[in-house]
Amino acid sequence: MDFLSEMSFLTDGILGITWQMVVMYLVGGLLIYLAIKKKMEPALLLPMGFGAILVNIPFSGVLDYEIAGIGEVRGIIDWLFETTIEASEMLPLLLFIGIGAMIDFGPLLSNPKLLFFGAAAQFGIFLTIFVASLLGFDLRDAASIGIIGAADGPTSILVSQVLRSSYIGPIAVAAYSYMALVPIIQPAAIKLVTTKKERAIRMEYNPTSVSKTTRILFPVVVTLIAGLVAPQSVALVGFLMFGNLIRECGVLETLSQTAQNVLANLITLLLGITIAASMRADSFVNLQTLIIMCLGLLAFIFDTIAGVLFAKVLNLFMKKKVNPMIGAAGISAFPMSARVVQKLGLEADNQNHLLMHAVGANVSGQIASVIAGGVILGLVPAML
Amino acid sequence: MDVNMINSLLLMGKGMVAIFVVILVIYLAVLILHRATNRKSS
Repeated sequence: MDFLSEMSFLTDGILGITWQMVVMYLVGGLLIYLAIKKKMEPALLLPMGFGAILVNIPFSGVLDYEIAGIGEVRGIIDWLFETTIEASEMLPLLLFIGIGAMIDFGPLLSNPKLLFFGAAAQFGIFLTIFVASLLGFDLRDAASIGIIGAADGPTSILVSQVLRSSYIGPIAVAAYSYMALVPIIQPAAIKLVTTKKERAIRMEYNPTSVSKTTRILFPVVVTLIAGLVAPQSVALVGFLMFGNLIRECGVLETLSQTAQNVLANLITLLLGITIAASMRADSFVNLQTLIIMCLGLLAFIFDTIAGVLFAKVLNLFMKKKVNPMIGAAGISAFPMSARVVQKLGLEADNQNHLLMHAVGANVSGQIASVIAGGVILGLVPAML
Repeated sequence: MDVNMINSLLLMGKGMVAIFVVILVIYLAVLILHRATNRKSS
């Protein structure tokens, strides 16, 4: 008996498994499957899936733990979460530099009216916040859930972290999963609110030329304007535009390539596995997580419908009609959303090329979504 | 209606107005940039 109790350390782990942990192993496995087999946002879903398994092994060494006689030992995932997300939202913000360096604002600058479609498509965020509060979430958590509709992982993580939401884990999983599902979600939502005749509306592409000076000044101007109106958005907008300025200035090609490739990949690698710290079974496996996943889906659907309806309202006043699907491209899921619109346009009329208009609206959505994040950070704390 | 729901509606109104205001100012700034840089090149 003494021998058995001496050797109990061999079985403590297995005996410590709960059914909630088993659920998380299945969730982790599902995310890994979706990443590898279905190629859905593999850069994030795979690390998140593997991380979900790591943090749910009983007495896992990747989380902080106590050793009798020694004291507290820091676990690497807890430490990464505290220093790179909790302390200053470093990982999402650095990722934004890479994202900014990847974006070409040319199609938007050549047709700046497309900016308004990006704005309209953020309505889904606020409608989701309302539905979440109807379901009993407090404003802090409702806003964190609603920001899934920004269709932007770093913004969702940053806003939910700053607001100290209890649901960062499900919010991050929902944001990245639904971004990957845009090619499935958006066509259904678009077809719900448009006719084939509307989807076949052709739009000429006559871009005005965009000078290099405009391309260089644009990120600076956007940062100043957004920052003066919504100061809490400066981190988000500023880092996005910093990345874009590195790209457009023309004298930092090496840095631009580093930001787009090495930096973006490195941060993505760490972000996925670090977010897993919020995927512990005791906080993840509950009814609220399921509700959040449903609300996240609603956010994407509301965004799409809001963008399309905005375009349809504009068409009441315009001689040259806009294809209403351009409104749907105003969500921040770049470039999937633009490709969805191009594909649906060709299905309705095989000569109907909408890609450049859709790309303009799509990058406008990127700007509008970070502004939305900043606006929420500015308004919500005052309402708590 | 409970306080959270009222606040979420207020947030919707203020939030969308703020986003459109910022976007409108950016739009006007882009038009000015186009004018200024085209004038320079001509």
